Amino acid sequence: MTEIKEAFAKGKAFIPFITCGDPDLETTKKIVRSMAANGADLIELGIPFSDPTAEGPVIQGANLRALTGGVTTDKIFDMVRELRKDLTLPMVFMTYANVVFSYDAEKFISTCAEIGINGLILPDLPFEEKEEFSDICKRYDVALISLIAPTSANRIAMIAKEAEGFIYIVSSLGVTGVRSEINTDIASLVKLVRENSSVPCAVGFGISTPEQAAKMAGISDGAIVGSAIIKLVARYGKDAAGPVGEYVKSMKDALR
Amino acid sequence: MSQSKGRFGTHGGQYIPETLMNAVIELEEAYNHYKDDPEFNKELTTLFNEYAGRPSRLYYAEKLTKDLGGAKIYLKREDLNHTGSHKINNVLGQALLAKKMGKTRLIAETGAGQHGVATATAAALLGMECVVFMGEEDTKRQALNVYRMKLLGSEVIPVKTGTATLKDAVSEAMREWTSRIDDTHYCLGSVMGPHPFPTIVRDFQAVISREIKQQILEKEGRLPDVVMACVGGGSNAMGTFYHFIEDKDVQLIGCEAAGRGIDTFETAATIATGRVGIFHGMKSYFCQDKYGQIAPVYSISAGLDYPGIGPEHAWLHDTGRAQYVPVTDEEAVNAFEYLSRTEGIIPAIESAHAVAHAIKIAPQYSKDKIMVITISGRGDKDCAAIARYRGEDIHD
Repeated sequence: MTEIKEAFAKGKAFIPFITCGDPDLETTKKIVRSMAANGADLIELGIPFSDPTAEGPVIQGANLRALTGGVTTDKIFDMVRELRKDLTLPMVFMTYANVVFSYDAEKFISTCAEIGINGLILPDLPFEEKEEFSDICKRYDVALISLIAPTSANRIAMIAKEAEGFIYIVSSLGVTGVRSEINTDIASLVKLVRENSSVPCAVGFGISTPEQAAKMAGISDGAIVGSAIIKLVARYGKDAAGPVGEYVKSMKDALR
Repeated sequence: MSQSKGRFGTHGGQYIPETLMNAVIELEEAYNHYKDDPEFNKELTTLFNEYAGRPSRLYYAEKLTKDLGGAKIYLKREDLNHTGSHKINNVLGQALLAKKMGKTRLIAETGAGQHGVATATAAALLGMECVVFMGEEDTKRQALNVYRMKLLGSEVIPVKTGTATLKDAVSEAMREWTSRIDDTHYCLGSVMGPHPFPTIVRDFQAVISREIKQQILEKEGRLPDVVMACVGGGSNAMGTFYHFIEDKDVQLIGCEAAGRGIDTFETAATIATGRVGIFHGMKSYFCQDKYGQIAPVYSISAGLDYPGIGPEHAWLHDTGRAQYVPVTDEEAVNAFEYLSRTEGIIPAIESAHAVAHAIKIAPQYSKDKIMVITISGRGDKDCAAIARYRGEDIHD
């Protein structure tokens, strides 16, 4: 079975994000295949939520388009089942705690394991609340990804010590979205993580250009990009797979 | 399973982005330090009494009592507070706390505008910057309050996302807080959100039941039989219930906004139609679909138009200590008009939900029973909307 660590085994990892069902699941499937073919090392699949409080306007828009289009958790599970027939790269879900909780956490996480989802990112589940889900995740061998923020300071060691899969370093204050500059001292965050964990860490929030990706991955183990890709999807709609593939290739090339 | 901090039964907790964790921990530490600090409490009491006009009256509504022909009804007049609602109690507490913490800027969400106006007021008084997030839909329903906030020196940001109502204003205020924490305190307006907010807001609102208890003992020499309040997030109800929770003979009733009815999708009655979920930092009851997508709720009352309820209410419901009942728009509007005519008191449309339930149940109680209804706010702000509801167009 695929494992998250494979994504970091061939140099710096490029991790693209996509909101499932924006504008429809057929398009999402094409985009995911295109990402995989163009060098993505791990793909973050967003399950849309009605009120995504950690997202900026771009990904909020994607969530809304996807839900308006009628996508559901079950339909996304089916899509992953199909993708897993030919895709072997690691894939994780990104969603909100209520999507997992209301589905029944055990049923949700066991389904993740069954369909080949390797990890789970829940931005509204901090360290203090993770036990409710992490025990189940451990049982089904689904990594519950920890996040570290610029404000984490004295919390980094505690979080890193229990981290699994990879650590998601939030580059900046605020919500997701493209930023012209990232001012946080990521290198010292990474240093603190490395002192406490051997789990790889990738930086996300605000990255859109190959230069930013190269810089962030240079001081960590990988770069995560969401909003910049969602903007392409918003622009090209059902024809987004091509442009997204080209973009992923340009980003991955910058990390080589 | 071990449970995190700030739990009421299984409800509550801190389901928020990592970015905010140190901010809520800092807030909790500051609150624990100041809540028993005599100097802080002296300052707050002075603000309550000299500035906000506390204690608020416990008024025997004789005409209402006689007209309904049952329980003896008292009204706890939070509508007489400065800024016109109970919201000032919490806001003065939080603003003072924020100031002690060295914060210079307050942000807040608002539905009807009552909490926004209260926050703008405290910010003006304490010399702090203030930004209020308000659903665009609500800025239209409550245009007068938007003007009041601006007049008080606050910036009002209309929130266009989602249903453009209270829930979206909370989401946007949370987003703003994650982007600016150092100088900013999120002055949350109800007994909801991540710990420690449900506890802090409840403690500052508990002045309501502390006063009711003292006032009713003075007037009647005994505790009331029934205590009632309207519930959206639930701050005035939590404040009204708090000091009676241990008095098991006192019946506690929270009145939820049923909108066009709990058998329709146009409702905001969380206990009646919701189920347990995780949203806006807490585990509690929420109106949601089978996949956990939060429902677009509806009520004529912008202040009760929220898909969740505070975690302590969820626990009071689970344990059966409090009872939660749905009240429709139509019933609330009738009560709004009825209290205006009967007692010459125009209640906020939120508070009218509690009055509506009293109209239903008071006649079933004998005349020696005592009922207290909290009138959480005054209804001037609602006149234009109620007139519209009745088909009359007045310009507000």
